[in-house]
Amino acid sequence: MEPLVEVRELWRVYPMGDSEVAALRGVSCRIDAGEWVAVMGASGSGKSTFLNVLGCLDRPSRGSHRFAGREVATLSSDERASIRGRELGFVFQSFQLIPRTSALENVELPLVYSEVPAREQERRAREALASVGLAGREHHLPSQLSGGQQQRVAIARALVQRPRLLLADEPTGNLDSRTSVEILDILAGLHRSGITIVMVTHEADVAAFAERILTFRDGEIVSDERPEHAGASRSVAP
Amino acid sequence: MTLLRMSIRTALRALRRNKLRSSLTMLGIVIGVAAVIAMVSIGQGANAVVREQISSLGTDLLMVIPGATTASGARSGWGGASTLTVGDGQAIARDASAVDEVAWMRRQVVQVVSGDRNWSTVAQGVPPSYPLVRDWPLTSGSFFSERDEETAQRVAVLGRSVVENLFGVGVDPVGETIRIRDVPFRVVGVLAGKGQTAFGQDQDDVVMMPFSTAERRVLGAKLVGNVDLIFARAASSDSIPEAIEQITRIVRERHRTQPGEESDFTVRSLNDMAEAQQTTTRVLSLLLLLVASISLLVGGIGIMNILLVSVTERTREIGIRMAVGARERHILVQFLVEAVALALAGGIVGVVLGALVAFAVSRVAGWPVLLSPAAIVGSVVFSALVGTFFGFYPARRAARLDPIAALRYE
Repeated sequence: MEPLVEVRELWRVYPMGDSEVAALRGVSCRIDAGEWVAVMGASGSGKSTFLNVLGCLDRPSRGSHRFAGREVATLSSDERASIRGRELGFVFQSFQLIPRTSALENVELPLVYSEVPAREQERRAREALASVGLAGREHHLPSQLSGGQQQRVAIARALVQRPRLLLADEPTGNLDSRTSVEILDILAGLHRSGITIVMVTHEADVAAFAERILTFRDGEIVSDERPEHAGASRSVAP
Repeated sequence: MTLLRMSIRTALRALRRNKLRSSLTMLGIVIGVAAVIAMVSIGQGANAVVREQISSLGTDLLMVIPGATTASGARSGWGGASTLTVGDGQAIARDASAVDEVAWMRRQVVQVVSGDRNWSTVAQGVPPSYPLVRDWPLTSGSFFSERDEETAQRVAVLGRSVVENLFGVGVDPVGETIRIRDVPFRVVGVLAGKGQTAFGQDQDDVVMMPFSTAERRVLGAKLVGNVDLIFARAASSDSIPEAIEQITRIVRERHRTQPGEESDFTVRSLNDMAEAQQTTTRVLSLLLLLVASISLLVGGIGIMNILLVSVTERTREIGIRMAVGARERHILVQFLVEAVALALAGGIVGVVLGALVAFAVSRVAGWPVLLSPAAIVGSVVFSALVGTFFGFYPARRAARLDPIAALRYE
């Protein structure tokens, strides 16, 4: 079976004055559909750059990045935008909701850019909000919601296109521990429903929810483990 | 929601959030468009007034005046030693096929007395064809006849202003007797009011009498048959150039002007005068238009400036939109919509303001208000174009942002 994501000899080099700094140094790995992968490492280890490349937000300087059987490293910016809008979902540490814009409109955003018929947009956005427990808050503005609620809106927005891959960058980094568990529970539910998740975190207890842990150091993968207690999430969820 | 609807909604939301900033940005466009609308309306009103005045002189009218034409146009040839004669007029009537009526005139300022009232006015000696040439009807009585002309009868036709000053408003003086330079005249008719010329002369302040009467009994003549002015009516507007050419040829021949020698008279058409008037207005309009375009330019730069600020403020939002699938052109369109919305709002406010100014000015000046639909549509469309043009650079800058850098922007 073809992996969902396959990267080979991935380099990402930034010019720094006269010299160059490599954030990724020949990273290779494959992620199969349905996996929940946590990416760990110290800051500057290249884990965020790795996530940005997987999310088609960044392009590798060298190497191959295949997503769902297509080589995407060489796609145009419009083609990458189209993949982001239709097949990927993002959850960020700082939620990244558009301010002064209702929860419903925030969730509708990917549908608008993918030109989903207008009538379907609202129905699907409401469904997505309901699935993260925010039915009835459709017309709240981000400023009227708590941090956990905002992150749930962001998850609803990431889900509304039924993406093949959900990318989460420190999804619980700005939340207290109780709310963090709520968010991780939602991710666990998504994982069970078959969505592939790649999640960057530096907290071991958050990473423990995943079934596979990639550890980055100096732009390289130094370990790729499948801990014994993999699937801890299953025991957490009620 | 469609893309365009969302873009419009987002743009309006952004503009509403910064009401003061948006209105100040619009101001340049508002002033520019208001200037255009006011100027065009006022200019058209003024033109209409001029056109009306000139057509009151008689359409298709040509005047032969003594004095040469210089390179810069007609020398002021009114008065002076006239070399024109009744014979010239008759020759034009006989030989110029493009002319259908001819009249001539001698005139002088005279004192007119009726009972205990007197009034200083212009006495004009004219042939009976004069009202036809000038297209000038009578409101009462009739014009004097060919017979009156032949026998130099002491009959007069009065202009409206003279009637008002000698007899009072609304009085019909036909049958009354007036004295012009102590010569008694019987009033046989009253001319319809024609109003002022484009140059401010009251055309109704006039007493007309047969040419022969004027020459022999009132005005006197150094040389019999001399006239101050010859009027000719062209057969149609199209034949004006032909008529001018024929008149020039006939009169030059009669005056024995050698080829290459300057004519001692000038043929003027009222259309030329109307055009000269309109050229002046046009130059003035162009100047004002220039001022208006500078204002629009400044307004456009203002829009560009505020849009650059807006792009910077909303960098993160742009990053978010890119992350959820917005393409470059989606971002571009969104900011262009914002620029166009600003400019368009400015344009509409400007149209309203300009119309108000035009109403006020024409009210004071007593002109008709002529709001030009073309100017309104044109300036609204033009402000949208200004928005597009000046919004393009900031919008492209937004569209080319790197999504990762934009998402991290604080």
